[in-house]
Amino acid sequence: MQVDIRNLSIAFPTATGLSHAVRNVSLTIGNEKLGIVGESGSGKSLTARSILRLLPRGARMTADKLSFDGIDILKADESAMRAIRGKRAGLILQDPKYSLNPVMTAGAQIAEAWRMHRKGGAREAHEGAMDLLAQVKINDPARVFGAYPHELSGGMGQRVMIAMMLAPDPELLIADEPTSALDATVQAEILRLLEDLVARRGMALILISHDLPLVSHFCDRVAVMYAGRIVEELGAGELAQAKHPYTRGLLECLPALSHPRPRLAVMKRDPAWAEGPPGAPLA
Amino acid sequence: MIEIKDLHVRFGAVHAVRGIGFGVPRGGSFGIVGESGSGKSTVLRALSGLNPDWTGTMKVAGQALTRNRGKDFFRRVQMVFQDPYGSLHPRQTVDRALAEPLIVHGMDDHEKRILRALAEVALPPATRFRFPHQLSGGQRQRVAIARALMAEPEVLLLDEPTSALDVSVQAEVLNLLADLQERRDLTYVLVSHNLAVVAHLCPMVGVMQGGEMVEQVSAADLRAGRTVHPHTTELRRLSTELEEA
Amino acid sequence: MSTTTSPQTWRDWLLTDTPASRAQAAWGGRYRLWRDFTANKLAMAGLAVIVAMALAALLAPLLAPYDPGVQDLTNRLARPSAAHWLGTDELGRDLYARILFGGRVTLGMVVAVVALVAPLGLAIGCIAGYYGGIADRLLMRVTDVFLAFPRLILALAFVAAIKPGITSAIFAIVLTAWPPYARLARAETLSLRGTDFIAAVRLTGAGSARIVLRHIIPLCLGSLVVRVTLDMSSIILTAASLGFLGMGAQPPSPEWGAMIATARRFILDQWWVPTIPGVAIFLISLAFNLLGDGLRDVLDPKQR
Repeated sequence: MQVDIRNLSIAFPTATGLSHAVRNVSLTIGNEKLGIVGESGSGKSLTARSILRLLPRGARMTADKLSFDGIDILKADESAMRAIRGKRAGLILQDPKYSLNPVMTAGAQIAEAWRMHRKGGAREAHEGAMDLLAQVKINDPARVFGAYPHELSGGMGQRVMIAMMLAPDPELLIADEPTSALDATVQAEILRLLEDLVARRGMALILISHDLPLVSHFCDRVAVMYAGRIVEELGAGELAQAKHPYTRGLLECLPALSHPRPRLAVMKRDPAWAEGPPGAPLA
Repeated sequence: MIEIKDLHVRFGAVHAVRGIGFGVPRGGSFGIVGESGSGKSTVLRALSGLNPDWTGTMKVAGQALTRNRGKDFFRRVQMVFQDPYGSLHPRQTVDRALAEPLIVHGMDDHEKRILRALAEVALPPATRFRFPHQLSGGQRQRVAIARALMAEPEVLLLDEPTSALDVSVQAEVLNLLADLQERRDLTYVLVSHNLAVVAHLCPMVGVMQGGEMVEQVSAADLRAGRTVHPHTTELRRLSTELEEA
Repeated sequence: MSTTTSPQTWRDWLLTDTPASRAQAAWGGRYRLWRDFTANKLAMAGLAVIVAMALAALLAPLLAPYDPGVQDLTNRLARPSAAHWLGTDELGRDLYARILFGGRVTLGMVVAVVALVAPLGLAIGCIAGYYGGIADRLLMRVTDVFLAFPRLILALAFVAAIKPGITSAIFAIVLTAWPPYARLARAETLSLRGTDFIAAVRLTGAGSARIVLRHIIPLCLGSLVVRVTLDMSSIILTAASLGFLGMGAQPPSPEWGAMIATARRFILDQWWVPTIPGVAIFLISLAFNLLGDGLRDVLDPKQR
């Protein structure tokens, strides 16, 4: 499985013309953990969602190439997209409160996802769901199976969400701020779980987050986005060697426990960051 | 300036805060850190007067607080909320939001005070007649801080004031809070889930878990790892782990 | 505030990003709302019809060629002609004049009803929603009692119990129309009560009266205005229905509903006699609905 993105641009029509949310983004994702980091409005979510063609209404997407395992996403019809979405590529969102059906038990939702993709009977689906709950390291799968989403804690809900996404054995998992609504202790557990699942299943993972230290700690590779553009790509553990002033700024403005700063550095945004390297065509 | 002893808060059968106590000197800052459901925000809401279902002793400037607070309490103590999108009236301009405390407390010279407040939180005068939806998240939080300062309080209660903001904006707001404290000799109580943010602003930190304050530790001891309670140690480990990338 | 002359600078003054005074900012805001509203052609058409009909009703003594009460029994049920633009009714009275004067009665009733219903519903709903507890339970049960009756039947019973006439018709409609407004205002208040921005106002030390009046009611007002305009047509229809049933305006007072009622036996032979007041009711109802839709688009905060 390989995702190829070349020169992706996403724009929204406004009263005064097109507003570009993503500009000339190129990325290749193989079987690895890729992090996309940026502040709100940087285009990080849109970039990842373009792979599933799950863009807000009115968005205009152009690219030289956008393919998922050789399938051209730009030209694929809806049925081809459905075969990718939720089947070969899953999406985990920030808050399980909103992405789980509140009137179905967690188990029923996982079982339904299992049946939709595996075409088995009710009993097999039940077993499959219990197995998935065990895989996301829930200690008491029987209790969680029968629980409604509002009876689950945030971390538990996110595990159920991950279990649902694992049902069809996806090759790619896109996690959009999967731990931002969770406590630090739970966040660490969920990330460890994702790491473990990715290693065991040989899945690719795209982790979208605003938290640069977290992502660089966890992913093999990090793309830093600013104003719709990738300003820097870093390997794991290369954070200290980051060159782009924006990446450096993101790190320096964080208060840190281990090395106190009497005053936090304030980022001075350079309009040139949004323009990209000289000579690059403005989308 | 602030003294709290044996504070309990109950919501029906839920015992959300179980007998906590702490003190903050005038011009000082106290941080409360904890995970969701630990009761940290509940303490702040009881102190601010938004939640009347408490028992125990709370004193501000030597005066014991009762269930119902008078206007002089609200001149002395103000609060900044977590979500700057929700804490500003959606149909009122910045000007109106800042004028409200002045009207309530019968203060004069609106024009001058509002312009000075905007300048103090580093907002351009052009934002004065904007609506909240025309401002960025950081600008809104500055408006919320300016509003809290209008009646010239001595105590500012900060409920996760930066957790809805991008990190670069968080830095600006934290710097602003530090400057304001110095300039006005404000007393802060800061609630946050982020240990680094709390330790940055507050020399003393209380760690809450399950409604109890399990440990009170100085920021210096916290940085150095001289913690006692396992929950504090765990939170510290999670926070520093990522810093050493 | 500086006075400017040309329309271009007026607009600049209104639309500036940096208003110099509170008044300028307020007028700029109003101008923007108006500009958004005028962009909606259908709503503007509705507004135009309403303004035209209201003007015609107000200026009826000037516009009407005849006295609406003068009978001419030699010229009964005449077709529209140069002398009688819309023809005459069963007593030979000029229909055009009666429509104009009837507009005064019908529209006047509507204005009176709205002026009473909106504040009443708003006050009850906001008090119930903000204070909660016993006040809420008491007020909402009363509301339920009124909601339990069919609107027209309750109005009829009320008018019949007092004495048929315009004033009692107005009170009857008010009595039946306020519960939905109270419910709407209560629902809005409930959702606003727990928000941080209301908590922030409480923390300034403001009393509950000030919070309700200055902070909660302005937010309920938008949806209430929309609801009122959309409800106008049904108020007009109730007024007309009461008139039709003889419980509203009494003859010889020209009220549109009563006009249809008395002329209904001519519907097959002299169809225009009952049809013309019907068209008037239809037009004004439609106009109010279009206006309401337009207002909802600009006023309703949920759409922003």
